[in-house]
Amino acid sequence: MTRINESIICAGSGGQGVMLLGKFLANAGMTLGLNVTWFPSYGAEVRGGTAHSFIRISSSAIASPVVYLPGTAIIMNRPSLDKFENSLVPGGLLILNVSMCGQRPERDDIDIVEAPLTEEAVKLGNIKVANMIAAGIYAARKKIFDKELMVSIIEKMAGTRKELVPVNVKAIEKGMEIAGSQDGG
Amino acid sequence: MGNEACGEGAIQAGCRFYAGYPITPQNELTAYMSRRMEGVNGTFIQAESELSAINMVFGASVAGMRAMTSSSSPGISLKQEGISYLSGCELPAVIIDVMRGGPGLGNISPSQADYFQATKGGGHGDYHMIVFAPSSVQEMFDFTYKAFGCADKYRMPVMVLADGMLGQMMEPLEFDEDMKPPAVVSKPWALTGAENRDAQSIKSLRLGSGEASLERHNEKLQEKYRGIEKKETLVEMYRADDAEKVIVAYGSVGRIARSCVDSLREEGEKVGLVRPRTLWPFPHEDIRRLARGKVDFFVVEMSAGQMVDDVRLAVLDDDRVSFYGRMGGGIPEEKEIVRRLRDKG
Repeated sequence: MTRINESIICAGSGGQGVMLLGKFLANAGMTLGLNVTWFPSYGAEVRGGTAHSFIRISSSAIASPVVYLPGTAIIMNRPSLDKFENSLVPGGLLILNVSMCGQRPERDDIDIVEAPLTEEAVKLGNIKVANMIAAGIYAARKKIFDKELMVSIIEKMAGTRKELVPVNVKAIEKGMEIAGSQDGG
Repeated sequence: MGNEACGEGAIQAGCRFYAGYPITPQNELTAYMSRRMEGVNGTFIQAESELSAINMVFGASVAGMRAMTSSSSPGISLKQEGISYLSGCELPAVIIDVMRGGPGLGNISPSQADYFQATKGGGHGDYHMIVFAPSSVQEMFDFTYKAFGCADKYRMPVMVLADGMLGQMMEPLEFDEDMKPPAVVSKPWALTGAENRDAQSIKSLRLGSGEASLERHNEKLQEKYRGIEKKETLVEMYRADDAEKVIVAYGSVGRIARSCVDSLREEGEKVGLVRPRTLWPFPHEDIRRLARGKVDFFVVEMSAGQMVDDVRLAVLDDDRVSFYGRMGGGIPEEKEIVRRLRDKG
């Protein structure tokens, strides 16, 4: 396997599933036998405030779980774009939920995949799977996780709540489709 | 998650009594114990305050149980009276401190500013706790498990001193689900009811004279502590043998510093790491041995400089010990540590 060193920020507002999305990506990396860390950041004693999680996936030992210069930013709302757009490394990947972001990114040195993730999730029948559409986009761009692996992680994380699996799998598929239609540089 | 790893380590060690009061960034540990105790026929209590939690642990321990409480910095301050009493009464207990920024309520970011409180006696009297310093989720589990064995063996409170980064981060953890708890030592001192034996008591008030005097009791405690210093000190020496500069760091900073060592070595610089895995007892001897060579020491902490005092006591040459710290929840980056190390020449 080629050396992998992924650093990801998933950011949005409380309830958009940015913590769970991070856990999903870390779980997938762990299943491949890679070193992984997940670390949350959220406001204390606040409901619905901005939140983000840091994920590292690496072939070598991980020093700090905190990500300062992400290779990938998955951005679910406007305040998060303001906060993290400039920290992306040149050539990095920005996955942007335009449903919740009335603003275009300014960077022209990064790979941007823009899609109305919230609206797409509503079309799939569950607004909560917007985060998993983003996971599908990430997977299609980075080619570290294949669909089979992601489905197995969805099943594992859903546990006894099996009824949640199909819509999450559909969300992953939707994300992969969106990534394919916006071929990055 | 590190907090949950502590919880599972405690369960595997045979802890069957937990009392705590919520505080970020250790809430996942309290939540985990509330779920897990039910399945093992143990007792979980969300107490009405930190004071009652530590005193409930005192009560469970006095009856012979493996008992634990956990909190974060402000809550640990509230527990200090109880810790002093546990020490005076020679009662085993495990206390997890997931440190956050202070002083006062501070914030909920990771910090190492409670090193003095943990290692130099945050409560009153001449006492020590064994203080473990994990730097990974795996060590959160391993040290919590080990803490119960030490607490019983030496009849004393033992602390696992983590921080908000270790508590809330997730990374893989491996353990054997069929593992056995640390050997159970008999506890003839426990207050289990005086049926078929003489009544006995446990107390920390000692007004007697001679063998029963408080001074004699303190001498016995100190003998115990000297023995622990010889036997229980844990330290990781990483690429330190031929090093000209050695970073000394523990916990979260220890894992970041290890990465600095690797990247500096790749550039041909002879840099090593000393990572204390117990903060009390502190690895004075190991550092002193290194200091006999021409080695400079660079201490990095998430505090204004606390462990650095112990490093200075070991090196006994202040000119060779320098320090870099972040406070109030700041976490040093790898490249920041490398830059600061180079600035020191």
